[in-house]
Amino acid sequence: MTIAVRNVSKSYGGQTVLDDVSCEIPQGGITSIIGPNGAGKSTLLSLISRLQPLGSGAVSVGGLDIASTDSRRLARTMAILRQENHLTMRLTVRDLVAFGRFPHSGGRPTVEDLATVEEAIAHLDLAPMADKFVDELSGGQRQRAFIAMVLAQDTQYLLLDEPLNNLDMKHSVEMMRLLRRLADDFGKTIVIVVHDINFASCYSDTILAMKDGRLIHQGSPRQIMQQAMLRDVYDIDIRIEEIDGNRIGVYFT
Amino acid sequence: MTITAARPQAPATRSQARHYAGLAAAAVAVLALAAGSMFVGVSDVSLPALLAGDAGTVDIFWISRVPRTLAVLLAGMAVAVAGLIMQLMARNRFVEPSTVGTVESATLGILVVTVLAPGAPILAKMLVASAFALLGTALFLAILRRLPARNTLLIPLVGIMLGGIIAAVTTFFAYRYDLLQTLSNWMIGDFSGVLRGRYELLWIVAALMLVGLLAADRFTVAGMGQDFTTNLGLNYARTMRLGLLIVSLISAVVVTTVGAVPFLGLVVPNIVSLIFGDNLRRAVPWTALFGAAFVLICDIIGRTIRYPYEVPVGMVMSVLGAILFLVLILRKRNA
Repeated sequence: MTIAVRNVSKSYGGQTVLDDVSCEIPQGGITSIIGPNGAGKSTLLSLISRLQPLGSGAVSVGGLDIASTDSRRLARTMAILRQENHLTMRLTVRDLVAFGRFPHSGGRPTVEDLATVEEAIAHLDLAPMADKFVDELSGGQRQRAFIAMVLAQDTQYLLLDEPLNNLDMKHSVEMMRLLRRLADDFGKTIVIVVHDINFASCYSDTILAMKDGRLIHQGSPRQIMQQAMLRDVYDIDIRIEEIDGNRIGVYFT
Repeated sequence: MTITAARPQAPATRSQARHYAGLAAAAVAVLALAAGSMFVGVSDVSLPALLAGDAGTVDIFWISRVPRTLAVLLAGMAVAVAGLIMQLMARNRFVEPSTVGTVESATLGILVVTVLAPGAPILAKMLVASAFALLGTALFLAILRRLPARNTLLIPLVGIMLGGIIAAVTTFFAYRYDLLQTLSNWMIGDFSGVLRGRYELLWIVAALMLVGLLAADRFTVAGMGQDFTTNLGLNYARTMRLGLLIVSLISAVVVTTVGAVPFLGLVVPNIVSLIFGDNLRRAVPWTALFGAAFVLICDIIGRTIRYPYEVPVGMVMSVLGAILFLVLILRKRNA
């Protein structure tokens, strides 16, 4: 059971954003999608998660064809959080997270549902502000509240577009460790779009590298974190250092 | 993440109990206010005379006072709830059915029936008004989808412009057919004409509010936006259509029976949102209660301020609503 993407293309107003992408995202573990701006990373994620209709091709998630499967069934299988999340309404953190249970409870939460909600709140360090309104939080706290919501959805597949958005260093590291724990201890399949190649290198099992709407490389961090590979993706030379067994790209100078 | 153990949910249930107790207390207060309002008016209706069974008093009470109070309560609740749902659908706090073209479209609908079939029963007028309200609101939402960016100010402005255009068309035809006088009856809400036999269609809005309450979670989810809605496995377009139907029907029914009730759908949901937030499960009952209370108070003021004459409730609401709205905006800026 994997995420299978077959010959997926998508264009907006004559402009091709995704060009015949095919890949298999393995079951379990963390897969990071990297690539320069405009490579089609977010588009790929929103097509896999049926937020946007496929242009052509097919996607199946855990054996479910996303075009033909009931949306609520899909919502119990995979959760997606996009990059820009603007909430115009006032909801408390606890209410927001509780809506993650909607596909399961249909609005009538059981004791187990509520327990899952509290657990997600605790995982994201949100307990002290659980009764605050989301619009009263800082950007980083808000981002964590949204992630707690998709976590409460308790799905096998978790798709996150730039989950480190708005998070400081401490919370970024905590977020990646949490995702690692979800993958290792609970067998979740996590797909993230990340900009920082070093987070991708240190925490993922698989890296997908995209450029100009195409998938150009797929492999383990060790395979992708090579100077030649990264030049191919980003058009710049990135020195690779090995620190404590992790391959770190130095691209600041 | 698996569930470790079902932990006790004491805080949630306690706050829920407190919430229901608060709602019950507010409902009692509104009912008391409603009961009191039945003894305000030109003809003297006193409780002793009523209890003594004085024929004239009993007649006025059942033919005029009770229907009027019921109409105030129903219209107040429904218009406020329609405003709340409209704000969630447009994802903007500064819209309500009377600022996005819904009410103007309903008025145009009534005018069209009045011109084409002057003898049509009120139910037919209401149906045509509903159809027009649906079309007008759908047009507004369609324009919203095509706006390049979701600008907070642009959305209400587009609504006001659309409403202005529809109102201009309505006024033009009302002028041509010499119906301007009749038109103002629908444009300015007034409960003084409410009598037994002339308000009962308003009960339709009670059913619509119930639907809104039952679908509260769906509307809350839809209010988070299309992506969140799809992620949670809900059909966004279908939820929007349901909201569109509720908002349009409530507006059309209220306009045909008592006329337009301005500001209510704007002010009340904003006040409720500040205090209780926008989780519709909580917000719908509170919005309904606040809406009823607001119209009741305005109606009582309208009946007493120039006693023994009456000022249309729509006028009182415009003044009071505008003041409240200003206070809200200024408070938000200071916060």
